Amino acid sequence: MSSITSLIQGCALTARGGIDMVALVNVVDSFRRFFDGDVWYSFRRNPLVILATLAALVGIIGAAFAPWIAPHNPFDLKTLNLLDAFSPPAWTELGKPQFWLGTDDQGRDVLSTIMHGSRVSLVVGICAVFLSMVVGITLGLISGYVGGSVDAFIMRVADIQLSFPAILIALLIDGVARAVIGKEHHDQVAVYVLIFAIAASGWVQYARTVRGSTLVERNKEYVQAAQVIGRRSLAIMFSHVLPNVMGPVFVLATLHVGTAIITEATLSFLGVGVPPTQPSLGTLIRVGNDFLFSGEWWITVFPGLALVILVLSINIIGDWLRDALNPKLR
Amino acid sequence: MTGQTMPIEKSNILLEVRDVAKEFDVSKPWLNRVIERQERQILKAVDGVSFTINRGETLSLVGESGCGKSTVARLVCGLYTPSRGSIHFDGMDMAKAEGDVLRKLRARFQMIFQDPYASLNPRWRVGKIIAEPILVHGLGKPGDALNERVGELLTQVGLSPLDAEKFPHEFSGGQRQRVSIARALSSNPEFLVCDEPTSALDVSVQAQILNLMKDLQREFGLTYLFISHNLAVVSHISNRVGVMYLGRLVEVADTKRIFTMPLHPYTQMLQSAIPDLKMTGKQRTPVAGEVPNPLTPPTGCAFHPRCPHANERCKRERPEMIDHPGGGQVACHGVEEKRINIIKLAA
Repeated sequence: MSSITSLIQGCALTARGGIDMVALVNVVDSFRRFFDGDVWYSFRRNPLVILATLAALVGIIGAAFAPWIAPHNPFDLKTLNLLDAFSPPAWTELGKPQFWLGTDDQGRDVLSTIMHGSRVSLVVGICAVFLSMVVGITLGLISGYVGGSVDAFIMRVADIQLSFPAILIALLIDGVARAVIGKEHHDQVAVYVLIFAIAASGWVQYARTVRGSTLVERNKEYVQAAQVIGRRSLAIMFSHVLPNVMGPVFVLATLHVGTAIITEATLSFLGVGVPPTQPSLGTLIRVGNDFLFSGEWWITVFPGLALVILVLSINIIGDWLRDALNPKLR
Repeated sequence: MTGQTMPIEKSNILLEVRDVAKEFDVSKPWLNRVIERQERQILKAVDGVSFTINRGETLSLVGESGCGKSTVARLVCGLYTPSRGSIHFDGMDMAKAEGDVLRKLRARFQMIFQDPYASLNPRWRVGKIIAEPILVHGLGKPGDALNERVGELLTQVGLSPLDAEKFPHEFSGGQRQRVSIARALSSNPEFLVCDEPTSALDVSVQAQILNLMKDLQREFGLTYLFISHNLAVVSHISNRVGVMYLGRLVEVADTKRIFTMPLHPYTQMLQSAIPDLKMTGKQRTPVAGEVPNPLTPPTGCAFHPRCPHANERCKRERPEMIDHPGGGQVACHGVEEKRINIIKLAA
């Protein structure tokens, strides 16, 4: 009997601290189920996705550990030497062996700036996606579950939002922020403004997706069962409906990370994004763009290539995830 | 075991439904109505239904699809608010209950749903599903005692305590319905509303679930409101049967009376539709016609377009429920005027 009760203890309602053996068994079990399951099978059988995952992992690890693994520190002025400026990639005739991908106009190592730049790009992209997910999911759940005039109001706002291009909304928010905060302080908060601007243009997709799934789930009997039990609407929304509408949201979020990085790069390229002191991939491309016609192609091409590979691999993973999680396409 | 705080002289009636109606607004959006010059469309799903259920008994509601029987179930559970009339549970008006009183009232009745594949949250473990009513009604706190209670409930419905760890998709339809029953029982209710609990199951499993429900009724003194379209199931489980047609009750009586001496022409029609080996070759009243559109119900008795005995009065005047000397109540002018032959059937 004691073994039975200890097994029951593992059920999710035991919210207690410490390592629960049964909970551990559950985690191991869910891992085992994942590796036995369709998603892992589909992953193994898809070389393109494996390649994309590897590329994305290299990019993410390179970005996350940039201060420790980058060959140079492009922001430490003491290590910079103007005599190193404009040296081409290492394999060309004039290249210097310590700068694999060459240097820019200030003698900064391009590879190191790319690693530091993708750090900013990824942070902005992921934070923006997270923020728009939270806002979009909440509004979508309320809209779909409550319905009626609340639903109509939220969805009309979403429609209006959708009729403006994302870049335009981001530009507008950035412009307003510049006017309100003032130029001298703007650089410190530029990243946050950027995250907010990109998130503000992205929540609509989540709200619409979640609302659609919520409309389906709301009429299922398990929601009515919770109503009969007497749970409050908010509790039903977040503990019953939410877990059942998250599938499409994850796919959307993966694809959105790529889009958000591109939006960030575009804004930075246009000069309204992050300041040049903490350059993102977009800033690097813009800076390098000035030297493209004088022959120093590597300053802009390599950050551009890094951006393309990063976004492309994230999109390939997102596309695959959409197919793998869609029971109709299995 | 129930309601020790209640007054000593308890009425035998647990649930009283008085002249309850539910209307749904099914009209098109405002702009379409204005352009197409249409009126608002009101669907009367339930139109003046009254019945009582005594403690410990099972009242079944039967009728064709769309007659409003599921709406009655949802009204009783508070999933819908009635457009008219009142529902009294143990003498308390449910519409007037608020806050703590409503919360306590809610713990005393539960519902079992039709589709066992939709009524359990697919992302929740069975243990969590069954514990939810206990936690919501404050009848227990997370811990060993709660887990043991969940195990006990699972044992009561014929599952293993180990099943608390599983997800609903790991069970068959019949097992899921058992989980559903365990959840309904977990807050120690007195009254269960069962909305076609067996219609999504195989015939062999149906019998198991029905027997389980009967056993539980005996053990815990439960009262059931049982919704079904299956007369065989109804005759097996109920003490009394109410026959519904187009949002109205047309006949209520003991199960035995309904099955041996159906009075209302509609009940007779349903009766003769039951396949029966002994009836081979005998005359039966065929199920004629279709259910009229509930948006535009017939005048007078709703059944008159399909009724072989209808006359002018039936077209004009809506029949009221009248006590019948044979037992129960019937809403039929023909029965009242004694111009309908009473068919006696072997039990």
